[in-house]
Amino acid sequence: MRLASPEMPLNLAAAQHGFLSPTGVEIAFLLVGLVTFGAALVTVTTRQLVHAALWLVVALGGLAVEYLLLTAEFIAWVQVLIYVGSVVVLLLFGLMLTRAPIGRSPDADSGNRWAALTVAVAAAVALVWVVVDAFRTTWIDLNGPAAGSTRVTGESLFRHWVLPFEALSVLLLAALVGAIVLSRKAKAESESSPPPVNSRAVTESSPSVTDSGIHPVEQEGAR
Amino acid sequence: MNDALDVALRLLVVFVVFLTFPLIVGQTEHKVMAHMQGRLGPMYAGGFHGWAQLIADGVKFAQKEDVVPAGADRRVFQLAPAVALLPYLLVLLAIPIGPSEGAVGQVLDAGVFFVLAVMGVGVLGSLMAGWASANKFSLLGGLRTAAQLLAYELPMLLAAASVAMAAGTVSLPGILHAFHWWWVPWQIVGAVVFFVAGLAELQRPPFDMPVADSEIIFGAYTEYTGLRFALFLLAEYAGIVVLCGLTTVLFLGGWHGPWGADGLGWVWTLLKAAILAFLVIWLRVTYPRLREDQLQKLSWTLLVPLSLAQIALTGIVKVVIS
Repeated sequence: MRLASPEMPLNLAAAQHGFLSPTGVEIAFLLVGLVTFGAALVTVTTRQLVHAALWLVVALGGLAVEYLLLTAEFIAWVQVLIYVGSVVVLLLFGLMLTRAPIGRSPDADSGNRWAALTVAVAAAVALVWVVVDAFRTTWIDLNGPAAGSTRVTGESLFRHWVLPFEALSVLLLAALVGAIVLSRKAKAESESSPPPVNSRAVTESSPSVTDSGIHPVEQEGAR
Repeated sequence: MNDALDVALRLLVVFVVFLTFPLIVGQTEHKVMAHMQGRLGPMYAGGFHGWAQLIADGVKFAQKEDVVPAGADRRVFQLAPAVALLPYLLVLLAIPIGPSEGAVGQVLDAGVFFVLAVMGVGVLGSLMAGWASANKFSLLGGLRTAAQLLAYELPMLLAAASVAMAAGTVSLPGILHAFHWWWVPWQIVGAVVFFVAGLAELQRPPFDMPVADSEIIFGAYTEYTGLRFALFLLAEYAGIVVLCGLTTVLFLGGWHGPWGADGLGWVWTLLKAAILAFLVIWLRVTYPRLREDQLQKLSWTLLVPLSLAQIALTGIVKVVIS
């Protein structure tokens, strides 16, 4: 979306750029890309659930650095704010609330491994194909005025991409309302069922924290 | 060469501020708390009113044995203090204390987003510590930290967005250049929401449920000893410095003051931040700890609606005056 912005000062004269004489920024971009790719691979292959979430932090942070190297400062900080600061924290919260053993999880493997790999490779090929086909000979001029500053991003977002932006926000709103409806429905069903011994557990979520005795220390018993 | 020297000097100054200001806040807390409770506080270390107490504490922490529990996840356990501390160092780089180009570590185009994003990362340190300690109190502390962060990040962001709307920019020096005195009453609700949410994000009393020492024994930091524990404490006080600096810059006009506009702007910034830091200490001595459900209720039913109302007010005034 950001690359497709029509206001980007793209240098169409690709002949000036050679692949065999990279600049410092290009080398850094490649190295950070390799680190990001490696972290992403470890994320999906490690058997330790919480480590997977922490490697996800590295992968998402690496993406933010890539945005920075492409002068898209605003997108980079939003990436850190939303993905590292909120999504991963939510993920870790969910893991700790349910199942976060220290060490390997024997069941942290999927029988659908090959199907998942096929889907992932197909999606990656499609994305790479589309991006390469669209931006084959275009180069971002990194030395000119910042192409991804907050002002430029805001102008292109609210001038050229207003409709997708609004459609996305309506979609998110629908997801939010859906989540509320689903959670209220589950609550109503549990209230109609016979009352549990500890009636506080129905109305408050915090007592259930102590109920999930899956942490290894609690399994081993008190020391 | 000159550029490299300039960058090195700025980094050095920010680093020195990072090492000294939290200690000053900590020492002030010792003394202010003591006097509010009818005590004297530290009086011996260093001679004059115990000024060297925290340095002595630091030496004590450095001498202690660094213990990693047998059942812990070693690497994550050891990495957590750094993850908790470093973000505040990075945030300090972006806070301007004066109007000139030399009074800020680095001018960032999207400064507001940078500081909020990086501050959010700091909480990962507490989460990592809570999980990797292999201790149920630590895990409970980590859970409470995560729940608190999720609840309070939203009002903090919305309050900061209101100022950014008013100024028409998300750069911190840019916001201060656009500042007028009547912004203080205009944005006062946002300021209170931002400050309270920031306190909650730092897990300072009365929002210290995640580290409640009388209930879950300091939460995520239960298993930490020595220097690593000191780093967590340093992160808390660096967080106070950062929060007070940010509230000053965003809502109280930073270097603007009734007089001394040229050259003395940094005094105003430091003075306002110091008053806010005093307020943080005062709140700790005054209020009892909020219960976990009261914490969540305060955020979702009070702070979020208030910050949304502030954004609406900002939008209306902005349209009327333009």
